[in-house]
Amino acid sequence: MKVLTDPILANNPVTLQILGICSALAVTTSMVTAATMCVALTVVLMASSAAISAIRRHIPSSIRLILQITIIAALVIVADLFLQAYAPAVSERLSIFVALIVTNCIVLGRAEAFAMSNPVGPSVLDGLGNGLGYSAILMVVAFVRELGGSGTLFGIRIYEGGLGFLLLAPSAFFLLGFLVWGVRAWRTEQAEPALTPVPEEA
Amino acid sequence: MPDLNPFALWRRFLAAPNESRGKTLAMAFLVSGAAALAVSGASVWLGPKIAANRAAEAQARLDAMIASVPGLAEVLAESGAEGLEAVVVELATGNAAATDPASFDPATVAQVELAPEADIAGLKTRPAEERIFVVRDGGKVTLAVLPVSGAGYQGIIKGFLAIEGDFNTVAALTITEQSETPGLGAKITEPAWQALWPGTRLMDEAGEIRVAVRQGGATTEYEVDGITGATRTGSGVSDMIRFWVGPDGYGPLIEALKEGRL
Repeated sequence: MKVLTDPILANNPVTLQILGICSALAVTTSMVTAATMCVALTVVLMASSAAISAIRRHIPSSIRLILQITIIAALVIVADLFLQAYAPAVSERLSIFVALIVTNCIVLGRAEAFAMSNPVGPSVLDGLGNGLGYSAILMVVAFVRELGGSGTLFGIRIYEGGLGFLLLAPSAFFLLGFLVWGVRAWRTEQAEPALTPVPEEA
Repeated sequence: MPDLNPFALWRRFLAAPNESRGKTLAMAFLVSGAAALAVSGASVWLGPKIAANRAAEAQARLDAMIASVPGLAEVLAESGAEGLEAVVVELATGNAAATDPASFDPATVAQVELAPEADIAGLKTRPAEERIFVVRDGGKVTLAVLPVSGAGYQGIIKGFLAIEGDFNTVAALTITEQSETPGLGAKITEPAWQALWPGTRLMDEAGEIRVAVRQGGATTEYEVDGITGATRTGSGVSDMIRFWVGPDGYGPLIEALKEGRL
């Protein structure tokens, strides 16, 4: 169970490991795109963890990363085709960011760090947990950006107007920064140790 | 005599040391084969649905473009519900072709090779016949909607160009398919940029094609402002329009329309 719940808060891939930031900035201008992206990433992550874990004993270490990326890329293309077929409007708005799940460090990171050395069951749970951890952060950021930026939630109008700057990428950086700050202020064990001090100039 | 029983072979393969050359190669081929099967399977299975979605999207954008042309709604209302008429034309002559517009299929129409120097839109081939849409007012064509396509920065750009009854003024441009950079080149799909096109002139009095997308701001009635950071996309759209209104595109059709032959 810890495998599933840990990545949601205690070891969140976005706020603790600062992975998957590119897509977190790009798709969080509305809740619908963020939710679609979250589902796509979680499904791909679970499927890739399952596939890689299933053949982990037979992966030659010299071509380990190539095999992992091949499996992930194939799954991402299938997920992208599914979105184009069944959710064309959202797929249009997500544009290349679904395809970019291939390069999302969370997916390869979990394959390498967990699925390569654990059985299928725990690997799928680990994938689900990390997917949910990523989703939780994206949904919080998307909630603030869509409500504040365009005055809607899931496309339903809450109030007129909105602060347009929240829809720009820099504001997502700030929101993520505040989230990381908040989580680390609450869970002080997540704060990184201070860097080696730079010697002051004489 | 080697054991050729497939089950025994499979067991031997699984038992082989992971780092052996044979197993490394076999794993590479097996994984890539499985991945290829998954991708092509999904593509074949979902392909028709994706194509239908794209066609619906293109139709929706065509309808939206028609609705955005000023004064067109009134013309359509006057000429009845059958306002927008589909016509299949032979591009080489500009005359109406024998093909029934309802059965016209862009995927199976014969293609004509383009000479490299004429192929400014990067298409390599163009269809011999194309389905266009016209609006008539008392028998005279007052608006022609022409499908256009050309190479952009990342892939093929497709759209519709609507020209007014003088066959030299752009009534509207809409982009139905593109894969340009989001936030930069993809701005060609935004209404704000497409709104720059109506009123743009295609050719000067001498018949020379002057229409262009200009980086740094339009200076003449033949030019449209380019998008900052999307120079290649802008020149792609520019070349696309220049190709299609030119002699290898709809040039003969535009002549036919001017002479009232259609």
